[in-house]
Amino acid sequence: MKVRAQIGMVLNLDKCIGCHTCSVTCKHVWTNREGVEYAWFNNVETKPGVGYPKDWENQKRWNGGWRRKKNGQIEPRMGAKWRILAKIFANPDLPEIDDYYEPFNFDYAHLQTAPEMKHFPTARPRSAITGERMEKIEWGPNWEEILGGEFAKRSQDYNFEGVQKEIYGAFENTFMMYLPRLCEHCLNPTCVAACPSGAIYKREEDGIVLIDQDKCRGWRMCVSACPYKKIYYNWESGKSEKCVFCYPRIEAGLPTVCSETCVGRIRYLGVLLYDADRIEPAAATPDEGDLYQAQLDVFLDPNDPEVIAQARADGIPEAWIEGARRSPIWKMAMEWKVAFPLHPEYRTLPMVWYVPPLSPIQNAAAAGALEMDGEMPDVRSLRIPVKYLANLLTAGVEEPVVQALERMMAMRAYMRARSVDGRIDHNIAERVGLTASQIDEMYHIMAIANFEDRFVIPTTHREWAEDAYELRSDCGFTFGNGCSGGRTEIGLFGMDKRSRAKPVAKVS
Amino acid sequence: MDLNFLAFGVYPYVALAVLAIGSVIRFDREQYTWRTGSSQLLRRRQLVTGSVLFHLGILAIFAGHFVGLLTPVAVWDALGVSHGFKQMLAIVAGGIAGACCLIGGLLLLHRRLFDPRIRATSSFGDTTILILLMVQLCLGLATIPLSLGHRDGEEMIKFMNWAQGIFTFNPLASTYISDVHWIFKAHLTLGLTILLVFPFTRLVHMLSAPIWYLNRRGWQLVRTRRTMPIDRHKVGIRR
Repeated sequence: MKVRAQIGMVLNLDKCIGCHTCSVTCKHVWTNREGVEYAWFNNVETKPGVGYPKDWENQKRWNGGWRRKKNGQIEPRMGAKWRILAKIFANPDLPEIDDYYEPFNFDYAHLQTAPEMKHFPTARPRSAITGERMEKIEWGPNWEEILGGEFAKRSQDYNFEGVQKEIYGAFENTFMMYLPRLCEHCLNPTCVAACPSGAIYKREEDGIVLIDQDKCRGWRMCVSACPYKKIYYNWESGKSEKCVFCYPRIEAGLPTVCSETCVGRIRYLGVLLYDADRIEPAAATPDEGDLYQAQLDVFLDPNDPEVIAQARADGIPEAWIEGARRSPIWKMAMEWKVAFPLHPEYRTLPMVWYVPPLSPIQNAAAAGALEMDGEMPDVRSLRIPVKYLANLLTAGVEEPVVQALERMMAMRAYMRARSVDGRIDHNIAERVGLTASQIDEMYHIMAIANFEDRFVIPTTHREWAEDAYELRSDCGFTFGNGCSGGRTEIGLFGMDKRSRAKPVAKVS
Repeated sequence: MDLNFLAFGVYPYVALAVLAIGSVIRFDREQYTWRTGSSQLLRRRQLVTGSVLFHLGILAIFAGHFVGLLTPVAVWDALGVSHGFKQMLAIVAGGIAGACCLIGGLLLLHRRLFDPRIRATSSFGDTTILILLMVQLCLGLATIPLSLGHRDGEEMIKFMNWAQGIFTFNPLASTYISDVHWIFKAHLTLGLTILLVFPFTRLVHMLSAPIWYLNRRGWQLVRTRRTMPIDRHKVGIRR
């Protein structure tokens, strides 16, 4: 047993209202730069939909994630190391920017400077890459927002696998949900494995996966290797960039920007202890359907004295062990089993987990034929097909998702009984395999969701690790050499490619 | 001092010094700028064929020049490779690799100059170095008819003597090639110039060709800032 700790995240999709505050605040902090205009470290997709970039879940096309070989070992879907190197001159698995979208700005200045005209002046779009006018915008960062577009396109969604999807094209049967996505900071990241430069690494202390911007050479294998398509190639700097899990904030005990600003309070951050020795066997589990359980088995119980002793021996600070005991992630993923990893079949052992959303009862059922399972409606009559959620969260296995949805419904029934009828209904709790006090705690964490319950983040005490005096008048977070981005006015080693940047049109 | 000495006796040292020192400074001081500069994300069309042909061709050419010029004549003689055979090998292999490189390079150059996205995002250096390489390649290919007139390989021996003379600090190195055809001289001068500008262009990415990736044990990389207490036990230090 080798104990390591990681800050994990849970997103309670049941409460996501799709407001994109996470995406926008993240963009303002991390990707409001040239070269990454198209990149959203955090984005919110409306599901069903092909997503961003288009069709990202289709690994037959992009070759992301891992595959299990006949000999029981795993290797990236892109292939063995020599196969990955063979793709270095031109990577056949790399999306083009149009698969994301061509970034654009609008000529806002024209609204103010236009002369008196017969028609209203308009702010027309301009490409952020070429600076040229774009006559028609055909795709954007959130083109399918709230079921935008026709069902035929939307239904290309990979998660319809095994679902009779035709009936969901009918207006009466349609369903939707939001899926906020960011880097999963996987336990078994394919991006790290596929980086020929060795520039991508996982931090032992908190599990955050980072790209060393100095060591990255832009071979762009990581972009293909990541099955979530959460590594972005910065075409201006020629380096790959990804979600950094706001590590400067996490180190200081603060939540990530996306979590802090989430108005629905759907995000949770906390420590999980795991056994590093179990990662590889878990990722190599033969049957994809067992991967969810295999990943659960990688985590270690922070209340187990043996685990605590080993954690101390492996250098996990006391505050982190304590954090693991109070972790909302542990509670939701391991204790109540209401949170699931995104696409465990990629074998990356992702560490951003999702609570599946409840949805309204289908029309037909509501019209009288409501299928009741005791006092609660059958979760299989919910509008979002369970199979769809299972394809998203448990590699197609429905039972864990059904249990989670039942527990969430039980929480509602229990609380209704308690606050409306004034009685504690132990039956409801027991039927879903919980106790009344567990449901009370679930309610406290998942429904009330106070700040201090959502974010249990021990600091890394960098003030003890480095001399703050050395860091005075530092540039903080920068690229390149100290305060230099490598582009000086003399431009010996390359200048800004700014000639193209003409977001504001001259009005004659 | 004559021009021949300046061009082929002095300039090589200037070019090689700038190449070495410039690359070291860039790697040490401004590693953030050390990258391939791939534009595949912006436009896939023409890149896949172009880049593969170009790179395979140029790597073969580079290897050919490196081995062909810098392996001492005595070694070839000991191996029993006649000068004439080596000359023909250089012409055939170089010609094929050169043709690959030319087709690929022209595809890439066309894309760089005429694709709006690529043109808009190219720096002066990106375009210039590609043009320089293409001109250099054409000069190199233009030497093939000349070499066909020297099938005994004696002309080639002159270049080997010169190149090896440069690396052995032979002051007479430049005299070996004082009477070769001007196309050879242009090819050499431009070649040295490419070495000169090398550290200031995207060409530096070839110095970090990640071949050692093949040697990486396992797949995952973990970095730590923590000094693990367990390490202290391993080295026998007790508090």
